Amino acid sequence: MKPRARRFAWIGAGLVAVVAASALILNAFRSNLVFFFTPSQVYAHEAPQSRTFRIGGLVQQGSLERVPGTLTVHFKVTDTAATVPVTYTGLLPDLFKEGKGVVAQGTMGPDGAFHATQVLAKHDANYMPPEAQAAIDAAHGHAGAMSMPSLHEARAQ
Amino acid sequence: MIPELGHFALIVALLVAIVQSILPMVGAARRDHALMGVAVTAARAQFGLVALAFGCLMWSFATSDFSVANVAANSNTHLPLRYRLAATWGSHEGSLLLWSLMLAGWGLAVSVFSRNLPQVLRARVLAVLGMVAIGFLLFLLTTSDPFTRLFPAPPEGRDLNPLLQDPGMVAHPPMLYMGYVGFSVAFAFAIAALIGGRLDAAWARWSRPWTTVAWSFLTIGIALGSIWAYYTLGWGGWWFWDPVENASFMPWLAGTALIHSLAVTEKRGAFRSWTVLLAIVAFSLSLIGTFLVRSGVLTSVHAFATDPARGLFILAFLAVVIGSSLVLYALRAGAVGAGGAFAPLSRESLLLGNNVLLVVALASVLLGTLYPLFVDALAVGKISVGPPYFDTVFYPLMAPLLFLVGVGPVAAWRRAPLPELWTRLRWAAGVAVVAAVLGPVAMGRWKPLVALGLLLAAWIAAATFAALAHRLRHAPQRTLAAKLGANAPAWYGMLLAHLGVAVFVAGVTLVKGYEIERDVRLDVGQSVVVAGDTYTFRGVTAVPGPNYDALVATIDVTRANREVTTLHPQKRTFRASGQAMTEASIERGIGGDHYVSLGEPITGSGASGAWAVRIYVKPFVDWIWGGCLLMALGGFTAVADRRYRLARARRAEPAAALAAST
Repeated sequence: MKPRARRFAWIGAGLVAVVAASALILNAFRSNLVFFFTPSQVYAHEAPQSRTFRIGGLVQQGSLERVPGTLTVHFKVTDTAATVPVTYTGLLPDLFKEGKGVVAQGTMGPDGAFHATQVLAKHDANYMPPEAQAAIDAAHGHAGAMSMPSLHEARAQ
Repeated sequence: MIPELGHFALIVALLVAIVQSILPMVGAARRDHALMGVAVTAARAQFGLVALAFGCLMWSFATSDFSVANVAANSNTHLPLRYRLAATWGSHEGSLLLWSLMLAGWGLAVSVFSRNLPQVLRARVLAVLGMVAIGFLLFLLTTSDPFTRLFPAPPEGRDLNPLLQDPGMVAHPPMLYMGYVGFSVAFAFAIAALIGGRLDAAWARWSRPWTTVAWSFLTIGIALGSIWAYYTLGWGGWWFWDPVENASFMPWLAGTALIHSLAVTEKRGAFRSWTVLLAIVAFSLSLIGTFLVRSGVLTSVHAFATDPARGLFILAFLAVVIGSSLVLYALRAGAVGAGGAFAPLSRESLLLGNNVLLVVALASVLLGTLYPLFVDALAVGKISVGPPYFDTVFYPLMAPLLFLVGVGPVAAWRRAPLPELWTRLRWAAGVAVVAAVLGPVAMGRWKPLVALGLLLAAWIAAATFAALAHRLRHAPQRTLAAKLGANAPAWYGMLLAHLGVAVFVAGVTLVKGYEIERDVRLDVGQSVVVAGDTYTFRGVTAVPGPNYDALVATIDVTRANREVTTLHPQKRTFRASGQAMTEASIERGIGGDHYVSLGEPITGSGASGAWAVRIYVKPFVDWIWGGCLLMALGGFTAVADRRYRLARARRAEPAAALAAST
């Protein structure tokens, strides 16, 4: 091959590789985005029925119940306007407490409860998970503001 | 007095940095030796001043001087000394001061180990480092002063976040920053070369050891963070694709690409402008990582909007650094030239493949990390991109890259005919296939993905030995020792690092394929069998720690009635903050870990009742970090190469004047 033809071959091969990679990445991206909904949105049936999503808010005081003899817990997540019942089986993170912020990932069950596969709590006792804060602020109708540094999220799955 | 001294030292350091960035640059343009000479003195003075400031802050932490706001917010008199010292970089301000200290340290190293560089180049490199230092010192002094006083001083500090009270906090941030900031040297070399208009093999040879050392530190830093995440909090994971982790991983990917591209530029003169671009990208990603972690955007983009000074400063600094270097690149790279031609199958083309795959992988991580921030900033909703995205994208990209790792070292420069490659690698291919078939069977269950992972790991390991065997067989020397001695340390370093990749891949594959995670409820005296081992819960006792109260569980592990080990996971409650922390207990082994962590008490007060317990079996998990350690060792070995260190004798030949480095 002449140098010119070779250069075009290289460029062509590069383009094919980039297009293939972009297709792969964007497809994976589209199917793995997890959207966030507030309890009010879930209450208004805005959340998807079959797809995984996240909810956030406060763990309602007095709502935590353990199913005897198992690791299954029931609790309610509230943004102070609406509440969503949540079911989860497994170990809860250290910062999970009634009255504190929480974010859970999972799907809506036919029983109207949110079945969490993952419960996250920001690992710092002073701060709210940003999503939880946003949910409460949305319920109160103003944009929230957080000004604390990011830390890893503590999670249980 | 001491905090004021530190503050003063920082101000003087800023002035010195200004001098360091202007005078040598002017001197280099005018070929004025006196002005260029300022660079070395200024770089050393700057290190002295920043080190003094850092020492002052550390002193304030060591003596618990709560009149300093930073100390009051991040320390406590009951904190053990090592964590009081580590708390120096536990806060936003302190970690930026550590950044500046590392930068000054790299500047000092360049000033000491660059006596063999042309004076013009050395002056420009140090001047560019001075400019970066101006940015960070200004940031510290204007928005994040670590020495701000509190009046009246509180009697007791608020305590270091319990999450950070860990040996990992002592070692992980300095190592990580060493690597992060180290790319500033590669960046400074690239910018200096662009200004001078000379990007040749000699430039690549000077730049290589610095890049490799920075990359090795970054590798160790990331691995330490991963180990820390593994045993802390009882998550038991070693990588979460968390934005904070991605922020350190992106410079690593760019740095890996840069190391390989520099090799081509040094040996063959090719990829020059690409190499320069990668050096700029690697350092820019270090800055972006700092921006992501330090501006608060990861917590919430609104944090950025409410406390805009810090975020805006870093953003503006990013724009200036990245923008001006890219403009310089656009103006100068065209004059650089292309370098030697090569065949579609040659070591050059294989390294090109390496670079393309690494950069695409980098782009995918960048997309997954930044996209949620954009969506949030545009207020169109809140989304998160979880591990499934990164897993789906990363494995298909890494598989061909790992295949190339085996081929590259045995391929010849310029042209590497397929039959020749096959002759050199057929045994390695055989070994890889055997490992892929038998490995999963030996682990008890055949899984296609495990087979693929083991195929690639064994392929890399066997091909690395094949490369060694080929070299030794064709060496003209008689004895084995002479044959071994004939190869450069850089070459052995490369083999060692590739072997590290093989070990890493084997570890990841086996832990992903065969890990067992079980959450169980255990009464005192109750047992559960996981993976053939019996875990018996013996109850919980209260044990006070230095600044926390711990509940320590005892769990006996037996196999076929023979004792394997006894594990003591803890639940700690920190007195200053009241915050709870889970401390996992791990029995480590080369074949895998037994990992137990405590959840919460389910019945009773905790000491006598049932507990939620998490039991993990992690086969070969320690190979992951062992592999990283080998990669870093490979990097350090490569830098020991004589051709980087010594060339005083050959100074008459300018292109051969080599950078000294250790």
